[in-house]
Amino acid sequence: MWGEKNKIFMLKRWIERITPTDVVMWFIGGAILLLIFWGSTATLTAKTYTVYHWFDFIIFGLAQGSIYALIAMGYTMVYGILRMINFAHSEVFMSGPYTAYYVAAAFYSSGFLDQYPIFSLIMIFLVSMATSTLIAVLLERIAYRPLRTAPRLIPLITAIGASFFLQYTFRGFYGSGFQAYPVVKILEGEWALGEFRILKFQAVVIVAAAILMAALYTFVQRTRLGKAIRAVSEDKETSSLMGIDIDRMIVTTFVIGGMSAGAAGVLYALMFKQVHFFMGFIPGIKAFTAAVLGGIGNIPGAMLGGIFLGLVESVGPSLFLDGLGIVAPYQLKDAIAFIMLVLVLIFRPTGILGERLVVKKA
Amino acid sequence: MKQAIKIGLIGGVVEILLSLIGMVEAFSQRDIIAHVISMGHTLLIIVALFMGYLAAKRTPGKGSLWVLANSFLSGLIVGGLVSLLVIVGSLIDLRKVFVNAMPVLYELLTFKQGTQIGVFLLLGAGALSGVLAGLFFLSPKLLRRVLLISLGSVVGAGVLQDLLRPTFSLWGPLAIINEWLFTANGLTIQGAIGLFVLIAALLLFWSRKGSVIQTGFRQLPPAPQRILKMSGILILVFILLILPQVLGLFLSEVFTIVGLYVLLGLGLNIVVGYAGLLDLGYVAFFAIGSYTTAVLTSPELGFFSLSFWEALPFVIVMGVFSGVLLGTPVLKMRGDYLAIATLGFGEIIRILVLSDFLRPWLGGAQGIGKIPKASIAGFEFAGPQQIYYLILAGCLLVIFISLRLRDSRLGRAWMAMREDEDVAQAMGINLVATKLLAFATGAGFSALSGAIFATKLSSVYPHSFNVMISINIVCVIIVGGMGSIPGVIVGAAALVGLPELLREFAEYRLFVYGAALVAMMLLRPEGLWPEAVHRREFHEEEEKEAESKSSLELKSG
Repeated sequence: MWGEKNKIFMLKRWIERITPTDVVMWFIGGAILLLIFWGSTATLTAKTYTVYHWFDFIIFGLAQGSIYALIAMGYTMVYGILRMINFAHSEVFMSGPYTAYYVAAAFYSSGFLDQYPIFSLIMIFLVSMATSTLIAVLLERIAYRPLRTAPRLIPLITAIGASFFLQYTFRGFYGSGFQAYPVVKILEGEWALGEFRILKFQAVVIVAAAILMAALYTFVQRTRLGKAIRAVSEDKETSSLMGIDIDRMIVTTFVIGGMSAGAAGVLYALMFKQVHFFMGFIPGIKAFTAAVLGGIGNIPGAMLGGIFLGLVESVGPSLFLDGLGIVAPYQLKDAIAFIMLVLVLIFRPTGILGERLVVKKA
Repeated sequence: MKQAIKIGLIGGVVEILLSLIGMVEAFSQRDIIAHVISMGHTLLIIVALFMGYLAAKRTPGKGSLWVLANSFLSGLIVGGLVSLLVIVGSLIDLRKVFVNAMPVLYELLTFKQGTQIGVFLLLGAGALSGVLAGLFFLSPKLLRRVLLISLGSVVGAGVLQDLLRPTFSLWGPLAIINEWLFTANGLTIQGAIGLFVLIAALLLFWSRKGSVIQTGFRQLPPAPQRILKMSGILILVFILLILPQVLGLFLSEVFTIVGLYVLLGLGLNIVVGYAGLLDLGYVAFFAIGSYTTAVLTSPELGFFSLSFWEALPFVIVMGVFSGVLLGTPVLKMRGDYLAIATLGFGEIIRILVLSDFLRPWLGGAQGIGKIPKASIAGFEFAGPQQIYYLILAGCLLVIFISLRLRDSRLGRAWMAMREDEDVAQAMGINLVATKLLAFATGAGFSALSGAIFATKLSSVYPHSFNVMISINIVCVIIVGGMGSIPGVIVGAAALVGLPELLREFAEYRLFVYGAALVAMMLLRPEGLWPEAVHRREFHEEEEKEAESKSSLELKSG
């Protein structure tokens, strides 16, 4: 009886709080959702794509999404601990695979890569992760540490500057051309999964990313160091009173971010088979979007956001737009990704898993 | 001692970096002073000098012998690290990985003397630079200033020689100076010395007489003072008006580009600087302005063919409207969520314009051409020398509106919102209307800039509207000083104008740009020309410290 009354009261309060802008936003959101629904049904009833096509799209989306997720980890952890957008993270991502390319090329030309493919791959991963980590740590030490107390736009500009600096440093080091990553023979070809076929390297990318993410998640959730990092991102002063070395935790965060970016970089290079000094920019922006989508500062959120974004990008154009009769829908994949982002943020202004109660003042 | 070693190591790493990315080599093709010193060597020497100076500055106790020893040591280490690069390079072929580690580089680093002698020369040069920097540190303040500025202007004249030479040659009588000062590559020796002496003399004169002139000016009665000030402004306006005729085509082009960024920057300044809404997709409105102009005026598409002036009101209305439209969904977002959502909008607009889907209406990847030039009473704004006036008028108009807005009720509401949204709302500010007005005003300015951009190029392409433009404009605002109108102008000149002037070093432009942004934020975070309020905020703690110090002194005294 009482509960019923309370519910009515709550509803009343809720109706009172609605503003015209809310209504407009729901209208926009509803319209987009309707359009998506309409497009999807039209596409599915038209049957231009078979089940196998959709499977391919999903696998590609998962592979791409898990790379985004790995990069997004770096963004989200740094954001959690420093409350800043590490714009230069895309260059941390680029530096690893670009440097590891020279190792890979040396292995390839000496035939070592074909003889001991697993060992070579591990070496490539290690070099890439080491380089990315080094860059991330240098970045923190030189560009970000002096600015811990500065207003929040200042580190953003520093990060943008550092991003340019790193891009053009690596361009100066290695030249401005595209470098083709050597082909790893064991990753070529397909595996059959019943009636479905799956490209080997895509499967490897998904599995490797999943393992890495699981390892990172366990590290942050279970170990002492991970707990300390979480404590620092919760409250710097209190955790320093508890005897946690804040500087060390921040450096550790950058190390983890650098390592996951370096690993993601090699996966990206294996998937798209080339490296370039500007290769970090687009995945960087996407991963950042993924981090925001999931609720920035939230680690499972970043993973979820990354995979969601990857899937939307790969499935979305054909599913939503093909049925509406739009030409060349694949060109609009990035637009779809960003519209999804805006849509999610309209209904949940702090991301999918972002906390609603704690609205951090920006 | 430890400090000096550390500074020396950092300097050495910086020099190796500069060498390996090919900057030293590229710069050494150009001489500062013909046949005496190239830009590449100047770059290396400047780094060594700076490190020596830092080492001297960080010396505890400041005994002059220690200072010299420390700067000597750091210089020696800088030289040592570079010679290490030379030795390693002569043993292993680094070119497989580092494309710029060419034999020419080693020749440059060793002054063409071969590895063995070269290494000693390098060590000597490093140590010498260190000691010179130490001596510089120990010399009196006036001498330091005079030396720094005069040497700086000689180097500046050398760097900008390609710009100064053609500009001087535009004026008949100055051609003689031109010949005396410059050779085909670098300053002449007598020119460099002459310039140095001239600047130094001027500085010395100012340091003697400057204060006398200033106080003399202040002691004048108010009426002549006002006349002097007014005539100063008149002279400024006159200079602004004749500038493109005097400076020639290339510099006018640079000025128009800077002007466009000033327009954009002033618009974003309202959104970011006044209202505190971080918008990373500002280029969207620029694109909307350009494309609206193109669609309305270009006969290529065949929908409309209005003239520029007929189209302009529609463009502005379209900009304001899109500002409200794109502003509405992001009303509730704060901080970084807002930043990324607006960045998304910017990209959505660009991708839509680029797509084949909207090609019949917006031209797709080929863009839209044949946009007519604007003209008033037969005067056509055709080349950069004419467009300049259009942009100047736009800038003046926008500066005027910005100034009026800043001091209006709305402007105060924006600033209140910037400082604290919740408190502002509690004070009765309608956040929705205030935010939307900020977005709309900013978008209107941006659309104006887009319209001018479209008629300037006579064509629009989707590729002109990428994320980097938005980011650049944010940088212009922050580097200039948030919320400050002169700051936007200074920021645009520094971040857009300077790189345009140094186009010949295009490859290293963004490298230097990035490094400068980082250095700027570390050393002068409040911007080049900050608002008074912001400057106080940034130096609050220092002032407090100074206050507490002085009060302590009072107590103990």
